[in-house]
Amino acid sequence: MSLSTRHPSPSPTVPPPVHPASAPVSHPASPPASSPAADPVAARDRPPRGNRPSPAAVALAVGRKALGAVFVVWAAATITFLIQVLLPGDRATLLLNQQTGQVQERTPEELAPINEAFGFDDPLIVQYLDFLGGLLRGDLGISYTLYQPVTTVIGDQIAPTVVLTFTALAIAWVIAVVLLVLTARRTPWVSRIFSGLESAAAALPQYWLGIILLVVFALWLGIFPVVSGSGAAGLVLPALTLGIPLAGFLAQVMRTEFERTLDAPFVLTARARGMSDGGVRLRHVLRHSLLPGLSLTGWAVGAQFSAAVIAENVFARPGLGRVLVTAVNGRDLPVVCGVVMLVAVIYVITNLVVDTAYILVDPRLKEAA
Amino acid sequence: MSTTPLTPAPAGRVSVPGGPASPTPGPGTADRTARASASWRRVPATVWIAGAFAMLLVIASFAPGLLATADPRAIDLDAPLAPPGPDHWFGTDQSGRDLYSRIVHGTGSSLLIGLGATGVGVGLAVVLGSWAALGGRWADAIIGRGIEVLFAFPILLLAMVFIAVYGPSVQTLILAVGLGIAPGYARMVRAQVMSVRRSGYVQAARALGHHPARILTRHVLPNALRPLLAVLTLGIGQSIVWASGLAFLGFGVAPPSPEWGALLEAGRPYITAAWWLEIIPGLAVLAAALTATVLGRHVESTLEGDRS
Repeated sequence: MSLSTRHPSPSPTVPPPVHPASAPVSHPASPPASSPAADPVAARDRPPRGNRPSPAAVALAVGRKALGAVFVVWAAATITFLIQVLLPGDRATLLLNQQTGQVQERTPEELAPINEAFGFDDPLIVQYLDFLGGLLRGDLGISYTLYQPVTTVIGDQIAPTVVLTFTALAIAWVIAVVLLVLTARRTPWVSRIFSGLESAAAALPQYWLGIILLVVFALWLGIFPVVSGSGAAGLVLPALTLGIPLAGFLAQVMRTEFERTLDAPFVLTARARGMSDGGVRLRHVLRHSLLPGLSLTGWAVGAQFSAAVIAENVFARPGLGRVLVTAVNGRDLPVVCGVVMLVAVIYVITNLVVDTAYILVDPRLKEAA
Repeated sequence: MSTTPLTPAPAGRVSVPGGPASPTPGPGTADRTARASASWRRVPATVWIAGAFAMLLVIASFAPGLLATADPRAIDLDAPLAPPGPDHWFGTDQSGRDLYSRIVHGTGSSLLIGLGATGVGVGLAVVLGSWAALGGRWADAIIGRGIEVLFAFPILLLAMVFIAVYGPSVQTLILAVGLGIAPGYARMVRAQVMSVRRSGYVQAARALGHHPARILTRHVLPNALRPLLAVLTLGIGQSIVWASGLAFLGFGVAPPSPEWGALLEAGRPYITAAWWLEIIPGLAVLAAALTATVLGRHVESTLEGDRS
């Protein structure tokens, strides 16, 4: 899907993988063919003393990324603002009707205090500036149905969702890495079966996986509680629901890189030095294949938050997902937009962190940044 | 553009030296049919299975009566929540309605939602993507940024915002899912159009003095959009999954409709008593999605094979 930040292919002036300073892994030895003496051209092209990026260049690249991130957040905020303003129908009427559970026209006298309180009568530009100013102060507006600040509504419920999301991420990484190290490039049928399993896992709809886990492990086997509450035992099934499909995705993208790295000359060198197969896989190959996995994780954090909505609903778990579904049903736009805004910001920040880590870890990407 | 001295070349066979390794319009027809019949025999078993299942889905959409074993609305109060068995292959729901027949009858509307959403999404993507690729620096910068912003909203959340604004309905579901999947495809279309535009045969056509509009319609669009055939198929599967997920959360079509997502939603209160009401409609969604994926990947690899 949106593997936007996958490796840009290294620029032609930089020799690919076996460049001594370019890879995060310290290679035991460069293969003879590309040693400087044998290849004067490569030696000339190579910047003096490896090519560790200069601090200024890194700062510039990171600064540019940060600027882009600020832009995305601003645009996301503007979109959520426009959604609230351009809602078909009168907002004050909607708000009153949702609160009283009625559907009827309202008199101006009824609407006036609401318009006053929420500032619906102000010119759009004033509302927009108020909204942006509020965001800067960490104020996302007032819920239409709960009459509480949106930040309070979100703040009360965010902890279980964050715990769930990060547990799921951790589970996905563990499953993917173990699978890869054990099964990549083994006997053909082993590799084929497991890469097939990965595609199947990646394609699983989360709600369905959740139901299966619920039926099998909670209803039939009774190992885990049916209603998961907020305890640790209740965390296992929801986290697996989110983690298994993500593990499939992760293993898919990392497997390609893993198998390519297994063919790299430095792997051969390591083997020639008498390093065990497991050692080569863990110490050298795995580290190379982490990069595509990392960039997928940047994307996945946002997606995991929305998948958490489903998992929380399947397992009747408290969290942002419940808040969001209730808010969508009640057409409580400030809450809906607040949650969406939050997820967008989390997405942007994780991607910024991943991109920055990339630039620091892999100097080849400095120019591409 | 090209400084290469041009020698008149047979139509359709122009290749510009120095251009990126670009597909020259295929080999001769005889060659191609020979290869086609050879590849016909190499179609893997999974593709055959997927194809057969796709046929079943089409039959179920247009003539559900042929496959259904009962009236999907017939209430049988003697057998509420009956487990799967010889009388009711997939069991019955709380009013004793036959689940198998309901799934068969729901196929049409489920596929329609998937098709509609893919149409909306890919349609938007083609317009935005080719505009970004062909509209010059500014269009590219603006649309590119816009796509990046949309990426920050996960598909499900984008769809939920849409539903919060317009209220749940089939149209909202289609538009919401379509809008959600559009940015990814738009990026793909943009890259595709860009690479075709820079390719040797387009440079050649330009050097030959063809009108830009003619180059666009004869060369760029057909070549750039052909891979979309695979994407379209993949997208249908993806859309069905998203739409059913939204329906599962309660934002789907009204309950009496046997659409798959609606079945999932209707079965939720009975999950402790009747697992089949959830698992089997979910299996239908999964099977349809996998079918679309297998067929899509096959189309993709066939197209790639054609070009190499």
